[in-house]
Parts: sequence; C-alpha cells; structure tokens
Amino acid sequence: MAEIVLDNVTKQYPDGAVAVRDVDIEIADGEFIILVGPSGCGKSTTLNMIAGLEDITAGELRIGGERVNERAPKDRDIAMVFQSYALYPHMTVKENMAFPLRLAKVDDTTVEKKVRDAAEILDLTQHLDRKPSNLSGGQRQRVAMGRAIVRSPKAFLMDEPLSNLDAKLRVQMRTSVSRLQKQLGTTTVYVTHDQTEAMTLGDRVVVMRGGAVQQIGAPQFLYDNPANLFVAGFIGSPAMNFVPASLENGVLRSALGDVPLTDRVRSLLEGAEAPREVIMGLRPEHFEDARLVDDTVRSNGVTFTNQVDVLESMGSDKFAYFSLSGEQATSAELAELAADAGSADVPGGGVSLVARISATSSAVEGEPADIWFDADKVQLFDPGNGRNLTYRG
Amino acid sequence: MSHALRPPAEPADADPTATAADSKLSPKAKAALSEGKKAERRLGLLLCAPAILIMAAVAGWPIIYSVWLSLQRYDLKFPDRTEFVGLENYVTVLSNPYWWNAMWVTVLITVVSVAVELVLGMALALIMHRTLVGRGIVRTSTLIPYGIVTVVAAFSWRYAWTPGTGYLAETVAGGDPVLTEKIPSIMVVTLAEIWKTTPFMALLLMAGLALVPDDLLKAAAMDGATAWQRFTKVMVPVMKPAILVALLFRTLDAFRIFDNLFVLTAGSQGTSSVSMLTYNNLIKGLNLGIGSTMSVLIFIAVAIIAFVFVKLFGTAAPGGDGGGRR
Repeated sequence: MAEIVLDNVTKQYPDGAVAVRDVDIEIADGEFIILVGPSGCGKSTTLNMIAGLEDITAGELRIGGERVNERAPKDRDIAMVFQSYALYPHMTVKENMAFPLRLAKVDDTTVEKKVRDAAEILDLTQHLDRKPSNLSGGQRQRVAMGRAIVRSPKAFLMDEPLSNLDAKLRVQMRTSVSRLQKQLGTTTVYVTHDQTEAMTLGDRVVVMRGGAVQQIGAPQFLYDNPANLFVAGFIGSPAMNFVPASLENGVLRSALGDVPLTDRVRSLLEGAEAPREVIMGLRPEHFEDARLVDDTVRSNGVTFTNQVDVLESMGSDKFAYFSLSGEQATSAELAELAADAGSADVPGGGVSLVARISATSSAVEGEPADIWFDADKVQLFDPGNGRNLTYRG
Repeated sequence: MSHALRPPAEPADADPTATAADSKLSPKAKAALSEGKKAERRLGLLLCAPAILIMAAVAGWPIIYSVWLSLQRYDLKFPDRTEFVGLENYVTVLSNPYWWNAMWVTVLITVVSVAVELVLGMALALIMHRTLVGRGIVRTSTLIPYGIVTVVAAFSWRYAWTPGTGYLAETVAGGDPVLTEKIPSIMVVTLAEIWKTTPFMALLLMAGLALVPDDLLKAAAMDGATAWQRFTKVMVPVMKPAILVALLFRTLDAFRIFDNLFVLTAGSQGTSSVSMLTYNNLIKGLNLGIGSTMSVLIFIAVAIIAFVFVKLFGTAAPGGDGGGRR
C-alpha cells in the first residue's frame, strides 16, 4: 500500500515524439484512479512508466515516497493486469498465480495458502489445475487478477483489463473489480478508453488527450463541470450536444432559438472574458418533451420545434435525434473526438442533436415535436481554445 | 436396414417412442452417406491422387526396391552370383567395425553440431529479434553462410585448413595438417557444419520467438523475473514447439551428413559417416546388396529419430496444429 506521485513526468521517444507531457498526478494510498482518453492519448504509456516498462524521460515518479525512476519493474513491488491477460500458457492456473511468489522465493506452504485464498476470492478454486487455454475469457481475466493479488503488492496497475470481454460480462466484471479493490484497499491505477468504465469505477478520473492531462476529478464533478470541450465531449453517453451560438446583450442566439442567460450562467461568465462567438453545450438529459413540462418550469427554459429524425426507445426513456439547420460547431477538440468515435467522415450537414426524453413522450418519428431544454444547465465554451467559460472550479 | 442394426436383445414391446427414435438415429449414426457426402469424398480422393501417385513413384517405390535389393547378394562386379540371401547382408553390415565406426562418427557429429547450433542459433535469433538498428544488415549478414553452396563452402574450409596456404592452418593449428588426423578432422567437419547451418536454426527459432507475446514477457518482468528467468521460465517453454521442430529438422539433416565430409576428408582416417560409407559401397563399390542394406539402416535410424521427437517429445509434425496453441 502506498501513494503514487507523478511529478511533471514526461516521455519522449528517441525520434522526438512526445507521448506524455508534464503529467502531474498525486494518487492517494488506497485510491482507485482511472486514466481515460482516446487511443494515443498517452494513458498506457503513463501506466507503463509507473510499471517501469518504459523509461521516464523527465520528471520524477515516487511510490510510497521513494523515487523509483531508475528501478526495474521487479523492484517496484507493483502488480499489473494486462489487456491480453498475459497468462503463461504452459502453466496451470495455480502455477500462473504462484509464479510471482515462486520468483520471490516464498516457501511452499505460504504459496499454497496465498493461492488458495486468492482463488477463493476470485471463485477459481475448481479451475486451479486447468491450463489457461481451457478457460473462458472471464475466467482468464480472473486468473490475471489473481496473479496480481497473491503477493499483496503496493499497487495494482490495470491496462484495459476488461476490454476483451463481451459486453454483458464486462459489466459484471466491472462491479467485481470495484468490489475487489474496496475489499483489498490497494492503490489502483486503471487505464481504459471506455468512459462508462471510467465513470463507474474510479474514485477519481484523469482525462488525457495528446499526452497531456485535461482534468482530474471525481466522476460526477467531471460530468457536471468539464474543464474544456474535450472533457465535455468525452465524458457522458450519449455525448453532450454542441451548438454554435453568439452572445448578444445577455442573450444567446443559436439554432435552437434565443436562450436567455440565467443568473448562474451570467455570474460564471463574468470573470471569464467570453468571446462573442461561443459553443453552447447541452447534455441530452436536460431536454424534455415540452408537453410533459409544467408551465412554471417551462419558463426557465427554451422550447423549440423540430422534426424527430430517429426515435429510440430504451424502455426507461427515449432518445430523440434531430438535425438543425445551420453551421456545425467546430473546434480542434470536437474534431478529435469525432475522429476517435469514428464519426469524422459521416456525412451530415447541420447540427445533429440528441435529446433524452421521458418514455411517456408522444413524439413520433418523422413528425415535428416540441422540445424544451433547461436554460440554467447550459455550458458555454470558447471555440478558440476549448475552455469552459462557465466552469465552476 | 434399421432392423438389422438394432440390438437383437431388444424386447419386442419396447417403448414405441424410443424405437422410433432409434430407427431414426441408427441409419444416421451408421453413416449411410448421402449423395452429396459421397461426391465430396470422391472429389477429395481425386484431388489427392496426383500427389499420392508422385509420392509413390519417387519415395515409395525406391524404398521398397532398396529393401528388396538389401535382401539379395547383388554385386555388379559379379553379376552372375546374384541370389536371394534373406537377412545375411544385415548380419554382414551390423557385425562390421567400419559400419559401427561410421555410425559413431555420424552420431558424434550430429549431437555436437546440433547442440552447439541450438545455443548459437538461439543467441542469433534473440539478436535478430531484438535488434532495432540495422535490422536488415544484421539479418542478412547472419544468413550469408546458409546462402553459400555447401560444397563451395566446404572447399574454402579445406583450403583454409591446408598447411602452407590456409590461414586457419597457419594461425590456429600452427601449420599442422589437421585434416590428416581423425579427431581433429571430425572437429573441423563439425565446425563447418555448425558454421553452415546455424543460420537455419536461428531462422526457425526466430519464428518461434515471434510466438512469444510481448505482454507475456512484460508480465513476467512485473512478476519479478530477471532477464534470465524470463528466458528460461517463459520464453523457452512457450516456444518449445518451435525449438523441437528446429531440433528435429537439424538432427535429421545432420545425421545424413555427406557433402562437407566428402570435400574435407573424403572419409579418410576413419572419418566416414554412414552416408559416406553407403556411397562408397553402393556407387564406388557397385555392391548393390550391401549398399542398399546400409541405406535401409539409415532410413530406419532416421525414422527412429523422427519417432522419438514426435512421440516422446511431442513435437508437432511440420504443418500440424501445434505452433499456434495457446
């Protein structure tokens, strides 16, 4: 058990490419922290630097207060779970889990006991004598976890440990990983590209982009107060809607109509030196079918009428998709998010919008619907640098 | 048909549903092939036929013919005395000290060269696998010996070890004619073999190294393994199938050693290998009976080596499903 401190850590490859730039993270003892971001954002490199599998170019890494930059992985006393599980195919489950203990020259009875205990926690007791090739994906994943927990290391590092599992099992394993971490109370650094995993698992989430940390915070805080367009667009599913707007005399003019600035938004904007042209961000759940909103609430927001392109019923609620005429919001961050989601080259003129409305809504696909949204929940971004102008730090 | 297949002990008043199920199942189980299946099988046989015919002509027939020759007294110098003698030739060969000397020389060269090649080949494979700078140059230069015709290479070794002109004879052997003595010549021949075929071993092992996922080695490093432990406890076991295939290939190959010996010593001073001895009897001595007996014995020895590798060590036959197991 130990805290892990990354102090201005930078990774530069011999060809000059910078993979990670000035990363500053303080991970408390026992904390479960998630590194999340699109592929190539440097999250895995950061993890590998903590593990010792990659050299640190500049900055300092401290585990339990000691500088470990120069230490070999085996001398850092941390365990790692790989995306591919990296189980030794020639060893049984038991031998796989015992391997780190055997290397550490632990005596036989202790090895036996620790492996039994770990197998019990992970429900692997009846599989101990099988080879990894005879196990299912979920079982292999648990063996990989078992190999990490048997030697009670200072910290666990997990590199997308669930992404090779199918969707249903992933959700199950997500809860068991979370439970296991709480039970053991071991500092854990977990890398994923899946924002749902990041939101559900971590005590804190580190959002990375292009080798730099964008924001660190508790999942709910990131969701409610994204520091910039990138975090706003990355966290949340379906993603936040972005509509270009211009600020004129205390009113936001946009394709959704004129949005009055509420007191909250106005006070946040005051110190922010907002430009005239901004990007307005709206979470899907801040929309509602106008007919289901009573009049007192209705006056706090804006109602617009648009044709529903696609209506998806999720049972508990409905997702309504619209396309508005007018320019799409553009910025470097949004382009990168679209590229990561693979939607960069999907044709679609105008602004597309998704609203999460009540399941009782009577909106019909292909017909116009009246949609209301809460003007107080609007977030405003600077298209130039992506900064959140309404950020409550 | 279904009646005929039903066990006779079955009571007549058996559960009717079960009987119905039986009569439905049994014709299927007894593979009354459908027309489509039959046609497929026929097509399969037809497609295999050319290969089978060629194999029978170039491998099957010579084997059978040499077994037949080995059972006869058949010397082209005395063609009138040809007669069937049963296993007499085998007794002659197996009780002959020349044969056993050749066998001993062959086994010695095989074991030493393959063992040294395995170690060197593994080192080369690791270098080729890990090199980041100048990968092409490293690989190409490693493979040069394998690209040279064996006889040409053997001649250059012979000249190198010839006193008066050869640089190796002057520098290493101090002017001694090493190729005129038994043990030194065997060492030179073994060295030539190693120099020549280590690249081949390295290539096969490098393919095996590619089977070891990087994550596995990283995981071992995290688990606390030193570089040597990663090599012995993870890398070697995981690439064992590739190592065994490489050893099998090289052992079979080395056991048939001929060309290096032919050029370097021509079998003088008791340095003949079994192949050399067979050649001398069969082609030079024109003794078809004894020569064929020796080739059959070599064939049996090679078959035993292959059997030991495949059955006892579990080597996957080349092309079989074994390299990709996880």
